[in-house]
Amino acid sequence: MFYYEKKLQYPVRVSTCNPMLAKFLIEQYGGADGELAAALRYMNQRYTIPDKVIGLLNDIAMEEFSHLEMIATMIYKLTKDATPEQMKAAGLGDHYANHDRALYYHNASGVPWTASYIQAKGDPIADLYEDIAAEEKARATYQWIIDMSDDPDLNDGLKFLREREVIHSLRFREAVEILKDEQGKKKVY
Amino acid sequence: MHSQFKYWRPYVSPYDPCKPIRVKSYSTPPHLYMNFQPPGLPQFQSPKQALMHGTLWPQLYSPYPDPNKGVEKP
Repeated sequence: MFYYEKKLQYPVRVSTCNPMLAKFLIEQYGGADGELAAALRYMNQRYTIPDKVIGLLNDIAMEEFSHLEMIATMIYKLTKDATPEQMKAAGLGDHYANHDRALYYHNASGVPWTASYIQAKGDPIADLYEDIAAEEKARATYQWIIDMSDDPDLNDGLKFLREREVIHSLRFREAVEILKDEQGKKKVY
Repeated sequence: MHSQFKYWRPYVSPYDPCKPIRVKSYSTPPHLYMNFQPPGLPQFQSPKQALMHGTLWPQLYSPYPDPNKGVEKP
C-alpha cells in the first residue's frame, strides 16, 4: 500500500528555456538505467531477497519512484510550453509526431522501455551486484546529462539525484557485506 | 451544435523556464456526441463540397487545426 505525499523529494527548478534538455533527460525516465527501471527492479527483487535486506530494497525502490517524479517534472517544465516548431528544433519532432507533448517511457533515442532492462535472478548476490551496477550506470548517466546542461538550477536537481545514486550504491554494497555474514567473526569449529 | 474544441487554462508557475501557453485546447469531434449515426442526416449540397470536406455530412465535419486557434475563449 502506498501513501502519497503531494510534493517532490527535492525541489525542481528549471531556469532556462531549453527543450532539447528534455530529450536527454528522458533517458533517465524510460532508459535502461533510468529511474523507472531502477524502481521496478528493486520493488520486484525484494520478494526473494533474504529478510535482512528486504527493507533496503523496498526503501530504495520507493525513493527511485520519487526520483522518477522529479525527472518527469523537469521534462514537463521544459516541453509544456514549446511550440511544434520549437519541438522540431530541439530534436523532438519524432516525439511530437507520436506523443504531442506527453511524456513517454522511452530513452533519449526513442526506444520504448522494456522489462528486459531489468533482471531478477533470484540469487541474492547476483541481484545485489546487478543493483550496484545499475546505480553506477545511473550515476554516469546523470554525469553525462549534467555535462550537456548549462542550466545551474536544473543541474542542482541533477546533482542531488546523482548523489543519491552514489549513496544507493553504497547501501547495496553494505547489503552484500551483510549477506557475506561470516566476515570478521571468530568461528570455532 | 457542440463546440469542436475545448479549452483549459493549465497551471502556470512563476518559475516556468519558457513563455507559458496560457490556454490549451483539445479536439472534440462531432461523432463524440452522436454515439450512433442517425439515419437521414442532411448532406452537402454538391459532391465536390463533400469531397473537399472528406465527409458527406456537414454535421460530421471536424476542422483541424482549430480555426479559432489563439483566439481567447470565454
